[in-house]
Amino acid sequence: MIEDLLYSSPGWTNVGIFFLLGAALLMVVLGFVTYAILAERKVMGFMQLRHGPNQVGGRWGLLQTVADVLKLLLKEDTIPKLADRPLFILAPIIAFAPAFMVLATIPFTDRFQFADIGVGLLYYIAISGLTTIGIVTGGWASNNKYALLGGMRAAAQMVSYEIPLVMSVVGVILLAGSLNLNEIVEAQRSGWFIILQPIGFIVFLIASVAELNRAPFDLPEAESELVAGFHVEYSGFRWAFFMLAEYVYFFAMASLTTVLFLGGWLPLPFLGFIPGAVWFALKFSLVIFILIWFRVTFPRIRADQLMEFGWKVLLPVALANIFITAIVKQLFFM
Amino acid sequence: MIRTEEMLLNVGPQHPSTHGVFRIVLKIDGEIIKEATPVIGYLHRGTEKIAEDLQYTQIIPYTDRMDYISAMTNNYVICHAVETMMGLEVPERAEYLRVMAMELNRVASHLVWWGTYLLDIGAVSPFLYAFREREMIVNMLNELSGARLTFNYMRVGGVKWDAPEGWIEKVAEFIPYMREQLKGYHQLVTGNEIFMNRVKGVGRYTKAEAINYSLSGPNLRCTGVKWDLRKNEPYSIYDRFDFDVPVSDGGDAWARYQVRMAEIEESLKILEQAVEQFPKEGAILAKVPKIIKAPKGEAFVRIESPRGEIGCYIASDGKKEPYRLKFRRPSFYNLQILPKLLKGENIANLIAILGAIDIVLGEVDG
Repeated sequence: MIEDLLYSSPGWTNVGIFFLLGAALLMVVLGFVTYAILAERKVMGFMQLRHGPNQVGGRWGLLQTVADVLKLLLKEDTIPKLADRPLFILAPIIAFAPAFMVLATIPFTDRFQFADIGVGLLYYIAISGLTTIGIVTGGWASNNKYALLGGMRAAAQMVSYEIPLVMSVVGVILLAGSLNLNEIVEAQRSGWFIILQPIGFIVFLIASVAELNRAPFDLPEAESELVAGFHVEYSGFRWAFFMLAEYVYFFAMASLTTVLFLGGWLPLPFLGFIPGAVWFALKFSLVIFILIWFRVTFPRIRADQLMEFGWKVLLPVALANIFITAIVKQLFFM
Repeated sequence: MIRTEEMLLNVGPQHPSTHGVFRIVLKIDGEIIKEATPVIGYLHRGTEKIAEDLQYTQIIPYTDRMDYISAMTNNYVICHAVETMMGLEVPERAEYLRVMAMELNRVASHLVWWGTYLLDIGAVSPFLYAFREREMIVNMLNELSGARLTFNYMRVGGVKWDAPEGWIEKVAEFIPYMREQLKGYHQLVTGNEIFMNRVKGVGRYTKAEAINYSLSGPNLRCTGVKWDLRKNEPYSIYDRFDFDVPVSDGGDAWARYQVRMAEIEESLKILEQAVEQFPKEGAILAKVPKIIKAPKGEAFVRIESPRGEIGCYIASDGKKEPYRLKFRRPSFYNLQILPKLLKGENIANLIAILGAIDIVLGEVDG
């Protein structure tokens, strides 16, 4: 349906339909964020001998996040007196907008995708890099020392980990022969790239956790060191926007991992009768679960060790992976 | 050339990782600490001065609030000091109860340290696991004394309450359970690559430095000095138990971690023997006068608390209140080395170093 719309003449009706679809996706994403936060708290609770939310919305705490968001909406909007006002207001938006933009290229099923562009993967990586600017801006504009340190850490970390992240997917691109995410999924019919590109997958997973600023790489907001890092001065809805950006990225990154390495919507052999959307959701949930599991298990890495690890370990490994993939492909598959 | 500027950063007194109301003023260049000045006293309550107006028994609840993570040892040190002055003989059963209470509290204290230290380093879960086990200890001590944190259990000449029925069996059951859990702790944390990277070689000092800075407890033993008052100057009935004094020679946060974890096991050993030897019956309080008066003179006793040597000095002029009371509070002394350790480190290491010293602010500020 989206395909037809893209190639039809641009009338107001079509614009309207597209706008509505976009709004629908936003609702889906917000719904996901609501329940991802709940899931995270529940899973963490389960692993940490606690119950997690169990008061608001029945014993599963189904409305807990809704209540939290309402509370954030009602909070007083405080801006520090000495903050850089325009930047302070702008920062959460800069951080959030790209998070939602990257979702356009993700193929959720073989038909449900918003923009099937040729350089989908490149688009994702390029746009997601913009969020760093929002975080650094937020850290700088707050006029707070902890926020500044957090912002600086974020900049250093995201720049360093963007590179191994890109390098780790080059192997996938080589095998698929395309940057288009749909074609990458199609190329996995004979075997998922997690099997064909195990090293690439591991590097990608680690780098993506670092990109997401999640434990064990949650240095920009390291609670025990920098109190809350870059968003220490934010409260109410602006703070919620940073959190929203973080969880939308969580959604996007898990989707991308599913698409690149776990075969997207493709079913397991002999189970083709289950629709693609279900497969996608299953694989996607698995990635989400693993990321939550990481957070519960690992201590936080130190800033200098993080840099060292990124540049001295991940990058060479990713480069070696490209090299080996290229040679193997040239020798055996051409 | 980029122009850089040193920045003044106030860490604390409200900060998640300063373990209370500790404040450090840092001069930082980027994230590198050029100078660190600790500021203490936010929790100062003047325990020593208040004590001058109190009878000896009344002082005991105040000691609970110094090192509130291990209140039993604080209870003991004041009672021990008064008993030493009066030359009191404490009944055997009371001594066993005291030792068991103290060792249980030592385990609980190290568990709190383990959990919060990992919380500082960024791992959230160990804290909850540690508190599950601590909860059992706290419940046992609650049965014994009626309080979960500030026990006020010991009295000059013995203890206030006898062990309730079945209590000894509960302690006996707890020991193997705790050993099993310790294995799990080691599996979860001890071998973790990230954790090892965070603590190995961090906050290192030598044996001579440790002694010069008057460090004690695990902070001293991590440099290889085998000094534990329970072994070297046995008080109470510690000479009846067979246990080791764990040492390590790394002198860094990792060595301190190992020493504390090993100490939990040694405490369990002591508990095991105490449960076995526990006298079936007997008094729990020596025959003491209604109003306790320490004879004229002075006395200083010291014992091994989970954090180091806790000492109590009493100068008495024969009245029912002490003329002067002074506590040697191990956290306070251990904290002295902090500015030296912090020079040249980054902020992440600040947390790892401060946490490894294991301070309790109630004790630092007195």
